[in-house]
Amino acid sequence: MTGFPLLTAVLLAPICAAVLMCFVSPKAAQSIRIISATAMTVALALTLYAFFSYDLTAGGMQFKENIPWIKDLGVHYALGVDGISLPMLLLTDLIGLAAVYSSWNITNRTKEFYILLMILIAGVTGTFIATDLFIFLLCYEVVVIPIYIMVIIWGSTKRVSKEYAGMKLTIYLLMGSAFMLVGVVALYLMASSVLGVNTFDMEALAIAGQMGLLSENFQIFAFLLLLLGFGSLLSMFPFHSWSPDGYAGAPTAVSMIHAGVLKKIGGYGLIRLGLLVLPLGAKFWAPLIAGLAMINVMYAAYIAIAQKDLKYVIGYSSVSHMGYVLLGFAALNVVSVSGAVANMVAHGVMSALFFAMIGFVYEKTHMRSITELRGLAHQMPRVATGFMLAGMASLGLPGLISFIPEFTIFVGSFSVYPVFAVLAISGIIFTALYTLRVLAKVLFGPKDTLFDRYADAKGAEMMPLIILGIALVGFGLFPQLLMGMVGTGTEPLLPLLERLADTSAVIGGIR
Amino acid sequence: MFYEFALEHAWLIPLLPAIAFVVIGMLTRSYGKLSALIAVAMSTISFLLSTGVTYAVINNGISVEAPFVQKLSWMHIGSVDITMGVLIDPLTAMMLIVVSTVSLLVQIYSCGYMKGDPGYGRFFAFLSLFAASMLGLVLAVNFLQMYVFWELVGLCSYLLIGFYYYKISAREAAKKAFMTTRVGDFGLLLGILLLQINFGTLDFMALKEIIPAHILSAGTGLMTLIALLLFVGPIGKSGQFPLHVWLPDAMEGPTPVSALIHAATMVVAGVYLVGRAFFLFQEIPCVMNVIAWVGGFTAFFAASIAFTQTAIKRILAYSTISQLGYMMLALGVGSLTASFFHLMTHAFFKALLFLCAGAVMHAMADEANIFKMGGLKNKMPITFVTMTIGVLAIAGIPPFAGFFSKDEILGAAAAVSTPLYLLATLTAFMTAFYMARLLFVTFFGEPASEESYEHAHEASWFMLVPLMVLAALAVVSGLWGHMFGFGEWVRFGAAHEAGIDMFIAVSSTILSLVAFGVAWNIYVTKKWSSDTIAEKCGILYKLSYNKFYIDEIYAALIKVFVDGVAKVFYWIDIYVVDGIINGLAGLVGGISNLLSKAEDGQAQHYAGFFVCGVVILVAYSLYYLAVLGGAL
Repeated sequence: MTGFPLLTAVLLAPICAAVLMCFVSPKAAQSIRIISATAMTVALALTLYAFFSYDLTAGGMQFKENIPWIKDLGVHYALGVDGISLPMLLLTDLIGLAAVYSSWNITNRTKEFYILLMILIAGVTGTFIATDLFIFLLCYEVVVIPIYIMVIIWGSTKRVSKEYAGMKLTIYLLMGSAFMLVGVVALYLMASSVLGVNTFDMEALAIAGQMGLLSENFQIFAFLLLLLGFGSLLSMFPFHSWSPDGYAGAPTAVSMIHAGVLKKIGGYGLIRLGLLVLPLGAKFWAPLIAGLAMINVMYAAYIAIAQKDLKYVIGYSSVSHMGYVLLGFAALNVVSVSGAVANMVAHGVMSALFFAMIGFVYEKTHMRSITELRGLAHQMPRVATGFMLAGMASLGLPGLISFIPEFTIFVGSFSVYPVFAVLAISGIIFTALYTLRVLAKVLFGPKDTLFDRYADAKGAEMMPLIILGIALVGFGLFPQLLMGMVGTGTEPLLPLLERLADTSAVIGGIR
Repeated sequence: MFYEFALEHAWLIPLLPAIAFVVIGMLTRSYGKLSALIAVAMSTISFLLSTGVTYAVINNGISVEAPFVQKLSWMHIGSVDITMGVLIDPLTAMMLIVVSTVSLLVQIYSCGYMKGDPGYGRFFAFLSLFAASMLGLVLAVNFLQMYVFWELVGLCSYLLIGFYYYKISAREAAKKAFMTTRVGDFGLLLGILLLQINFGTLDFMALKEIIPAHILSAGTGLMTLIALLLFVGPIGKSGQFPLHVWLPDAMEGPTPVSALIHAATMVVAGVYLVGRAFFLFQEIPCVMNVIAWVGGFTAFFAASIAFTQTAIKRILAYSTISQLGYMMLALGVGSLTASFFHLMTHAFFKALLFLCAGAVMHAMADEANIFKMGGLKNKMPITFVTMTIGVLAIAGIPPFAGFFSKDEILGAAAAVSTPLYLLATLTAFMTAFYMARLLFVTFFGEPASEESYEHAHEASWFMLVPLMVLAALAVVSGLWGHMFGFGEWVRFGAAHEAGIDMFIAVSSTILSLVAFGVAWNIYVTKKWSSDTIAEKCGILYKLSYNKFYIDEIYAALIKVFVDGVAKVFYWIDIYVVDGIINGLAGLVGGISNLLSKAEDGQAQHYAGFFVCGVVILVAYSLYYLAVLGGAL
């Protein structure tokens, strides 16, 4: 397959589907669904091919494509994947396909829904495979539009209205991108002046940053801007409050994609731009991030305990889990950063499965509160299995996807931030508490005939559970599949990270 | 040769039940009998392989110093390398035999016991998963592998306690078990992380080399912390005080589960972990002291609660906690041999007792209260005989199994600490008493309820055969271990001489017999009234009956420190964190409102503003010229 533009094909699959659907009658709902599912299946198959044919020993950016676009500004249509972005791409397509099936029963404006969903997935895909900063930003901005429309049209109103939720999500996304944009423009200008050429090429920028061509003060300043942008996207405390409200208001597919992958652009960006391009900035702010990470884990886990609405539980739970990602990032060593990347994948699969199950139950019963739902294992054993799988992964059960990533983060961060790490690790108790309480209340207990008229998941409705369940168990039993890939991206960072460890510039000198 | 094959393929031992789990769970769970057949067949092969491994251990002279190890890389990132594999030494072999035997017998028993249950297939799937996890734990080559399977047995325990998921009590008990052991796992995980960070490996054999050298050069400071943290895990898993609260509630699960998981196998995982990491613990005397006293206190404390309980399985549950305390005590006083010897005999006689209790409850339409039974010895003779054997074994009457193992523990305790020895002996007396009470009230005297007595019947052969096998083991396993040099194989350091201290043996036997006599007088001949005794004990009786109110205390603490704090944080999140954000948004909105008011489309207003502006500019220019004296 030499010369076949594999990544472009992955990116184009949803776009083609969106374009094609424009020409399909809105009444042909089934055709629309099948087109979307086919496009995402193709994208997933291609991504899987990339994942398993990626040369682990060579490492680095592979499947590269590069076409000059705006010559004066140095913008290239440049794509490529490495050990950090390929797992994220796989995650995108796994969740994308699952989200298509989770939306199978949407009857209100099916056509528009799927078109927007395809655009959303394409946008997210683009951010992960772009090696040009301009393309990265472009794709990121593309994401915002469909999200807003989808929330306010197909969202649901419970504690907060869907309009409020949509606004909150969008404004946070835009605020984040505004900070990010300033940071990126500053970076571009600074790099242009020191390198003498205009370039958005992430690898070139990374070389500039790591060679010390960007001054320390600049790095500290630019990293702060990126941290505000990417941090709020990753629901870093105190910029997390969009997450539970937003997920609660959003339709199932948006919750799945947002919590599952979009959020991870924050962590991905912190590593790809923050760490690789601005290493000294990352080092400077790391202790602050570690502290906030600890707050994320503890504070959000506690709040999740007090929640009644399932979507809020998972919303806060996702904030809590992102704390582990931040902690792994902040510890700045190969082991912890690998754990952070892997944990983004793990959390993505798990939260998407959770939202898919909640969405299914909500669609049938119009109930989402743990005070209303009870004993569903009687009527919906398959859905109960899905909840159990996601719940067990959430509390870090070995043999499921999230255990090894979390363990890796703990190993990597313990020696760097022992106090924060111990507090964050205690999160495993509170996570277990809210997860088990929810599972117990919703799934188990006496049979309630109220739910007898709702059927269990079947046919297409089973697909999210199957797709995500295979990933959840597969990567859990064979963690090297994931960690080996992540390692090719993170292990080359060893010299850089070791150099950083000797640098003393940290915020206020605290550790 | 078969045994060579078994040794080389020991990884099949956990894998086969795991396959059974997948096959039953995915395909056959609606076909009950087929599922049971698959589970039992896989367990039988596992059992045969386990005996093969044990034979290989003896034949090839595999000792604790020179174990058989096979491993492969499971996960590798940076400097962290995690392997999975099998480590076979006499400790492993003994555990394999115990786990696979009891597991197989319990599965056979379940074929009869679970008959007619709608979740028949699911039950065998879970039992198979449990067998796989437990056998994997036993074979672990490093701490992480042990932790992985440790968590998986916890999951199985959760699933099986909550097997009757439609019962609120079962659901809550399952959750409680998971949560309580999770608290212990938190400590265990921290200990494992500290080991990984400081030594770069979690491999048992590697750490065995490194740690003594580390202690010589760097002192015991770090190792004390690590050992204490590691020990928190076993406190949770093996039901030691203060994390014992989940184990009595775990009896909500079906009785075969109580026998297999919450008596014979899973709960001894904590003891096994301490034994496996004995090279680490025994280097630190103060931690050994902690282990000994936690164990000794737990043994006594649980026995004091078992005194007053009325539900048959609860009495047995507290007795399990108490016996686990014995095992910990033995480890704490440095006798790995005594602890593991007791672990083995206890597994057989406690599984026997639970299965007998199950047979009794089965016959009595799931009645659990022993005071509503009575006189069953005529109706269920086989169960009566086997249960009596179990009681004699746990009470330590020679020549039953418990006598030899308990004697070893008492001897080991006496050699180290007199207070601990006295505590253990007192506990032995109490054990004999409450077990005799259980036996006498259930099987002797007059039936409490004519109707259920009429319906009582002996169980089916599926259930009776395992009872008989276990009863035989409860008779011979102690003597066998004593005669054939258990201590030569299962040991730490020098081989343990098998010998009986006559003073300890005679005194503990006499105490047990006295306890039997007292119980006979109270519960069979009714010479002494139990009510009067309870009244005389007053507050003590109440404390014991209510389990020292520990559950209530924990519930109150959780309400305040978990749910209370959670509410406070939630309030902060809504009104402070989000409040500030919404406030800022409101501020922006307010300003834009003000500004938009200015833009009202009235030309007069615009002209007015314009004039005001001109006036201000002119005024400022004049001020600038006149007062500051500058030039425009």
